[in-house]
Amino acid sequence: MTKRFLRISLILTGLILLFPLQGMADTPLPSISLPEGEGVKCVEPVDDIRRNHMNYLLHQRDKTVYEGIRTEKHSLANCIDCHVQPNEQGVVPAHDDKEHFCNACHEYAAVQIDCFGCHADRPQKFIKRNSQPHALQQQLNEVLMAKEMGAH
Amino acid sequence: MSDQINDSRRNFLSKAAIAGSITLAPGVLLHQTAHAKPDDQAVSSDTRWGMLIDTNKCAKSCTGCVDACNEEFDLIGSMPKSSEAQKTQYIRKVTLVEKQTKHETSLPMLCQHCESPPCVDVCPTGASFKRVDGIVLVDKHICIGCRYCMMACPYKARSFVHEAIENQTLSAPRGKGTVESCTMCVHRVDNGDIPACVEACTADNHNAMFFGDLNDPDSEISREMKKHGGKQIRADLNLNTGVRYQGL
Repeated sequence: MTKRFLRISLILTGLILLFPLQGMADTPLPSISLPEGEGVKCVEPVDDIRRNHMNYLLHQRDKTVYEGIRTEKHSLANCIDCHVQPNEQGVVPAHDDKEHFCNACHEYAAVQIDCFGCHADRPQKFIKRNSQPHALQQQLNEVLMAKEMGAH
Repeated sequence: MSDQINDSRRNFLSKAAIAGSITLAPGVLLHQTAHAKPDDQAVSSDTRWGMLIDTNKCAKSCTGCVDACNEEFDLIGSMPKSSEAQKTQYIRKVTLVEKQTKHETSLPMLCQHCESPPCVDVCPTGASFKRVDGIVLVDKHICIGCRYCMMACPYKARSFVHEAIENQTLSAPRGKGTVESCTMCVHRVDNGDIPACVEACTADNHNAMFFGDLNDPDSEISREMKKHGGKQIRADLNLNTGVRYQGL
């Protein structure tokens, strides 16, 4: 009787131990796509930039805002230009997408960033701007100007 | 009380600056301001950027400067949910009518880039600040959106962003919950260019706007102001504005 009880409890303990392990094996790691191409290299060594990118960005931010130093090396725009590219469907991932280079890790690590409240989350070349209003406005101005000149 | 302190400090500094400029050869000063600074060099208090607007040349119906500004900062269509009163405007055209003569004067109104800016005085976090070269800016990284600066500004130059914004330009990061105003196109000035509004006014051949270094007596803007003057709007507030007007 005791032996049977022991055997059952052993099997149960084994099962309990097994399930969490299975669960852990399923935890998805962040998948980040690195820029491809010959001689493409990050501005700092990879282990350094992984640990210290926030400090580089913070430092550069204050230098730019207060001192007008506009070097590219540690600027957010420089990171974005290289690391945010369209996927296979030709869609550029938004900053709250899992595919977005920054968000992939930040969502995994549960670290919220505010950068993209104000900064563009993709390279400028992927942003379509409509300069039409200005052209229309200019036409309107010319008409108004002509009228005003005629009135005098 | 604080005004008195500021005034005496200003007087002392201006005398020191005059003494400094006498000891320097004028050619050296010219060389320093005529060229764009290298990217990795900090801005210096040797320059004070300013603007001069000749209202006699400013047509009432022309909005060239406003359009150029809106395009430079991608302001048009960026705030579809905001009301007209809420939408950001860095420059707006203002028409003044003299009560007796009914004479109308049209002028562009923008951040006046004061030497003693009230917006900086009242900012509780230090987000509102004046750069050493006289350009008044908001550090949106530490702005909490309290809008005290908007109430303090006598020129109604600042706007609050009421809604989320996407796909900002490289030169103008802006977002919900922060205050913003004319930056005197600081991104262009740092590269040795002139502000977009001045460029548009000159390109349209209206030539009503000048931009330059107020500290340099040989700059076009300083010579023009010495000859024909440059009035401050609300000069009674003693703010020593960086944007001056003629023909008022």
